[in-house]
Amino acid sequence: MSSPTPRPTTAIAVTGLRKSYGEHMVLDGIDLTVQQGTVFALLGPNGAGKTTTVQILSTLIHADAGQAALAGYDLNTEPARIREVIGVTGQYSAVDKLLTGRENLMLMADLFHLGRARAKARAEELLERFDLTEAADKPASTYSGGMQRKLDLAMTLVSDPQIIFLDEPTTGLDPRSRRVMWQIVKDLTRSGVTIFLTTQYLEEADQLAGQIALLDRGRLIAQGTPDELKRMIPGGHIRLRFNDAGTLSKAREVIARPGRADEEALTLELPTSGSVPELRGILTRLDGQRIDVAELTVHTPDLDDVFLTLTGN
Amino acid sequence: MTTALADSVIMLRRNLKHMIRYPAVTLFMVLMPVAFLLLFVYILGGTIGPAGHTGRAAYATFITPGVLALTAVAATTATAVSIATDMTGGIVARFRTMPIARVSVLAGHVGGAVIQTVLGMVAVTAIALLTGFRATTSATDWLAAAAILILFAFALTWLSVALGLAAKSVESASNAPTPLIILAFLGSGFVLTRSMPTAIRWFAEYQPFTPVIDTVRGLLIGGPIGRNAVIAIAWCLVITLGSYLWARKLFNRDLVVS
Repeated sequence: MSSPTPRPTTAIAVTGLRKSYGEHMVLDGIDLTVQQGTVFALLGPNGAGKTTTVQILSTLIHADAGQAALAGYDLNTEPARIREVIGVTGQYSAVDKLLTGRENLMLMADLFHLGRARAKARAEELLERFDLTEAADKPASTYSGGMQRKLDLAMTLVSDPQIIFLDEPTTGLDPRSRRVMWQIVKDLTRSGVTIFLTTQYLEEADQLAGQIALLDRGRLIAQGTPDELKRMIPGGHIRLRFNDAGTLSKAREVIARPGRADEEALTLELPTSGSVPELRGILTRLDGQRIDVAELTVHTPDLDDVFLTLTGN
Repeated sequence: MTTALADSVIMLRRNLKHMIRYPAVTLFMVLMPVAFLLLFVYILGGTIGPAGHTGRAAYATFITPGVLALTAVAATTATAVSIATDMTGGIVARFRTMPIARVSVLAGHVGGAVIQTVLGMVAVTAIALLTGFRATTSATDWLAAAAILILFAFALTWLSVALGLAAKSVESASNAPTPLIILAFLGSGFVLTRSMPTAIRWFAEYQPFTPVIDTVRGLLIGGPIGRNAVIAIAWCLVITLGSYLWARKLFNRDLVVS
């Protein structure tokens, strides 16, 4: 008898989550499911309700309505069990700046009752992994933003959490630190943990997440894989630029398909799938009439387009 | 319960580390009462010494209990600031998403602050001895005076924890305990209350600092204590309990990070 393939199990299941502060509705009924061992990105602009969602799911604040289960534990009745299996890195530095990096990690290890020897080993291992060994014995207040964020995440990992919340993990970081952080998240996913990430950067969600949900003004307006989301909007286009208006109008005649011409910029935008045969066809036809193309750009839809289309902004 | 205790010890260690790492906080805390001690003894002492206390040494002896109470007040600012710093940063949010006893965060602060205050009082007493302060009673009375002062420090610490939690920012937390300084002076610490105008005198005799100072003074330099000890202990317990309940309520409300 062959053993059955392990079915993916649900790490986070949320239905009908609502939260308002006075008159202000922050979350207006959120439903989402995150499979174990995957990266889920909650994507949205400032004020969409991302942080509130993380705060509710990480047992920090109470929802007004709705159900949620994390690692099978009920959020409303078993918050203590949930705290044992989650780790949270918020967008506000949650390190003790008066302590050194090593002391911060040891503090976490002590609070998880790891025992002296294991605590020391774990702190050392994480310092090494996050390239913080050199700064380990300096107060965290002297760390750069990127280093503090790394220490913050290292502290979250001390307890080996099953589910990790990362609330805007790269907001405010310089591009290099952002790449380092992305690599760390990618490495984490290999160890089988579930990551719930919020971000306002489409590129970040695209890079890291297998599933993305778009949050806008407290509602989820779309969910799916990055590719599924990109398919939700009209395809891409190519843009041809010519040297003069005469060439432009001649090109329009030759190509003979619907497109958008810009007489001032001397450009012609043609909706295409972006496939090579289609491109080759267009260029061959122009070539046949000796029409010179000054510049050719291919625009494939990215999450920016999806987001802008769906939010109507 | 054992977890709560173990977690509190870990948090206390954290706060003691802060104290050792940044001794300037403790030094600054001692500075205020010492400044008043020197001001009163050397500049004002010659003129405002209460009846029957002639000479600097006698006046130093008279005001030392008040200066020690003032030390407990000086410590409240540091405590409120340290609590507010924790609350406005992300660290408390992190603790609250961890499987630890919530009370341990506050317990660590209270334990650390009381130890810091006691150290401050020891330093202030040493300086008072240099200015001429002399206790005339037994070791037991010293211990009893120390016990009253620690109880008082404990009460004011819980009050400052609550003030630090109630503050919206670190800046407002640093100002919150200021009225306590006024209480320290509108009491029997530096002059006899009977020299005050009636209304202020009435206030001075019924506010918590006066019985505490009078009890400590009675224990250290002799003289009648009467009901003061009981009133002082009662005040300390009432302030502690009220502040604890207030602090617990503030700490358990949903944390809104803006």
